[in-house]
Amino acid sequence: MATEHPLVFHDPRQRVYPRSVKGTFRSIKHGILLLAYTVFFLLPYVRWDRGPNFPDQAILFDLPHRAFYIFGLTMWPQEVIWLAIFLLFAAVLLFFVTGIAGRVFCGYFCFQTLWTDLYMTIERWVEGDRTARMRLDKEPWSFRKLRLKFEKHALWIGVAFLTGVSFAAYFTDAFDLWRDFFLLQAAPAAYITTLILTATTYTMAGLMREQVCTSFCPYGRFQSVMFDENTKIVAYDVARGEGSQGRAKPKKGTGPEERKAAGHGDCIDCGLCVQVCPTGIDIRNGLQYQCISCGLCIDACNNVMDSVKLPKGLISYTSEKELRNEKVNHWTPKTLGYAAVLLAVAVWFAFSMANRSTLVVDVQQERQPLYVQLSDGRIQNKYEIKVTNKQGQAASYAIDVLGLPQAEVQISPNPLQVGAGRALGTTVYIKVPPASLKESKTHFNFRIKQQGSGESARYETDFYAPEEMVGGDDDDEG
Amino acid sequence: MEKSHKPKVETTGHVWDGDLAEYNNPLPTWWVWAFYATVVFAVVYWFLYPAWPVGKGFTTGLLQEEVKVNGQTVSSHWNTRVAYLADMQEGREAQSKFYNQLNGMSLEQISANPELMGFVRSAGKTLFGDNCAACHRAGGQGNPGVAPALVDDDWLYGGSLEKIQETITSGRHGFMPAFGPALRPEQISALAEYELSLSGHSKDARLAQAGEALFHSNEVGCFGCHGVAGKGNQMIGAPNLTDNIWVWAKVDPKLKSPSRETLEAIITNGLNRGVMPSWEGRLSPDQIKILALYVHQLGGGQ
Ligand code: SF4
Ligand code: SF4
Repeated sequence: MATEHPLVFHDPRQRVYPRSVKGTFRSIKHGILLLAYTVFFLLPYVRWDRGPNFPDQAILFDLPHRAFYIFGLTMWPQEVIWLAIFLLFAAVLLFFVTGIAGRVFCGYFCFQTLWTDLYMTIERWVEGDRTARMRLDKEPWSFRKLRLKFEKHALWIGVAFLTGVSFAAYFTDAFDLWRDFFLLQAAPAAYITTLILTATTYTMAGLMREQVCTSFCPYGRFQSVMFDENTKIVAYDVARGEGSQGRAKPKKGTGPEERKAAGHGDCIDCGLCVQVCPTGIDIRNGLQYQCISCGLCIDACNNVMDSVKLPKGLISYTSEKELRNEKVNHWTPKTLGYAAVLLAVAVWFAFSMANRSTLVVDVQQERQPLYVQLSDGRIQNKYEIKVTNKQGQAASYAIDVLGLPQAEVQISPNPLQVGAGRALGTTVYIKVPPASLKESKTHFNFRIKQQGSGESARYETDFYAPEEMVGGDDDDEG
Repeated sequence: MEKSHKPKVETTGHVWDGDLAEYNNPLPTWWVWAFYATVVFAVVYWFLYPAWPVGKGFTTGLLQEEVKVNGQTVSSHWNTRVAYLADMQEGREAQSKFYNQLNGMSLEQISANPELMGFVRSAGKTLFGDNCAACHRAGGQGNPGVAPALVDDDWLYGGSLEKIQETITSGRHGFMPAFGPALRPEQISALAEYELSLSGHSKDARLAQAGEALFHSNEVGCFGCHGVAGKGNQMIGAPNLTDNIWVWAKVDPKLKSPSRETLEAIITNGLNRGVMPSWEGRLSPDQIKILALYVHQLGGGQ
């Protein structure tokens, strides 16, 4: 006898053939899709004047020159912390929104959802709607089937390629990229990026589809911890749908009254909510991790309820509490906590942006040796000052020393002329008579002032002298 | 697990003890294909890279790499040594942009260009570390008795850019004769004391006075090299004796100067150290240029 419960390593995938549907949520989805694609595909071609020596692409991630251009904002590597802040903000925003409105990100904004939707639209356009597609797949191979399949995959790959190039266009001049791409003169990175993005788009949006959400996506798996009874979910009203005797298919000659009398609920078991679902689940079995909250089953059921003249909302965008006719409270400690973090991060970000300096100074002290005695008895320390000018034009910077009396400062050239968006280093020698120092290690400041503007920066560092030479009590110095 | 999920598992048909069936649960298809792919990869690898020992040799593989070695292009089958040489060549090519610029410029022009000086500082550090640090130490701080410090403002042969370039190119040979055979010990002590007095470290004014007389006398003639005032002579690399910088004598930390005995030993035995080799031929003129600029900026230049 075989074991009772053999291990199941792999459930063969049940192919999902989502049916098209019309309705409110579908329209919202269409609107978001249109907006997202317009932005993604056209943004690289928008120009933005930044003056000479700078690219004029509105959004450009210039990796070779290590600068991010986002409209009027230019980010340098020193500001990469902003990227971290932004990501933190986005993550908390996601938690916050998920806690209140459920998986709206999954259903409407996720790239996987967006591109899968586009691919399904293409599929529907070439092969027809659900029943036509199912029939086609069952048919034996024929010229027509071959042609349709070829058309579909060719269109899919075309879209994937366009996606790949558009993505690469964010990292180089978009117009040049198109020309160079076909002249085989683009950077190898552009070809590699395009190739990878084309391949992944085609596989993920065309072939894998809902399996990405249900099998790969880590977010889909852990977001249930952000849910509670107040969270908005797509849910089937079991009490109303099933009645006391369960759902039933409509019979000829029986109206709503007779159904009620027989104890049947409002669900007519037409199965449309299952057919339209892009992840192929039955929402009537309750909240499931596969549900991406796209709301298409709501549209489908509302259409059905309309046609059988029953009130809409058998499936609706609601919460567990609402289903029990309780008051929903969105401002639980959890969501308030998220909101507080969001606010804090936003304030921090705004503050950091407002106090952004166009001048970055980095000072390195020569440590080998830490100090040198000169022939006149003075002690010399040597520093390497690096000035980064984050502005769009060249600027000169005057360097001086504060808090080190009797110091002779040798810098050449001073002021230092630094090109737009460039960094330049210079060597500074400071000579101090040791008798004027109180300790072997003296704090002092470098002041770097941009000429012609008020901008200045200070850098605190130390001057070192040998212990036995500092202080004025020495007699054999001078 | 629901009943409906229970799949029918294929068996191999082998049954033992009446009810022990051997299941056939094949590996997932993707896994099997990934395995085949590794096999294909391995076969391709054998052809491309050195792989199989054959007698005393080995199969060299089809991959060829071209590298420039001493200006000549050499083609070889792929191996880690050639890959390394190709890497080095790439590095040289990346640097050549700067080298080409340096080539036509005078030392003064380069030192006035902050961008190029940035390159000089980084390339110079490596060149210095490879060639000079063994004697002058990594930071150029020198090694008393072996090699002078390059970070201070005292120069034996001159600290101008040209002088430094000349020093590196042709090398230097410092020499001081031994006075031991010619002078009496008291005379040597007197000279040492006078030398200490020049930089303000003398404890015995009378002895120093005697030393001063000897220093300027024609029989001993120290002033011939070190100058009447003891300020040295950069033409011949005679050090300045009036400053606090000691090149060949170790400084006693308690005295903050060398002890008299140390100086006496030097006067007695003379010096035949201070030998710096000529780097012409070992380094390219451009490398010497970079080193001259680098050494010049170590202490602030002169
Ligand atoms: S169950 Fe409804 S909301 Fe959930 S994924 Fe399916 S169609 Fe979308
Ligand atoms: S679409 Fe509405 S009526 Fe039809 S099966 Fe689903 S829940 Fe029932």
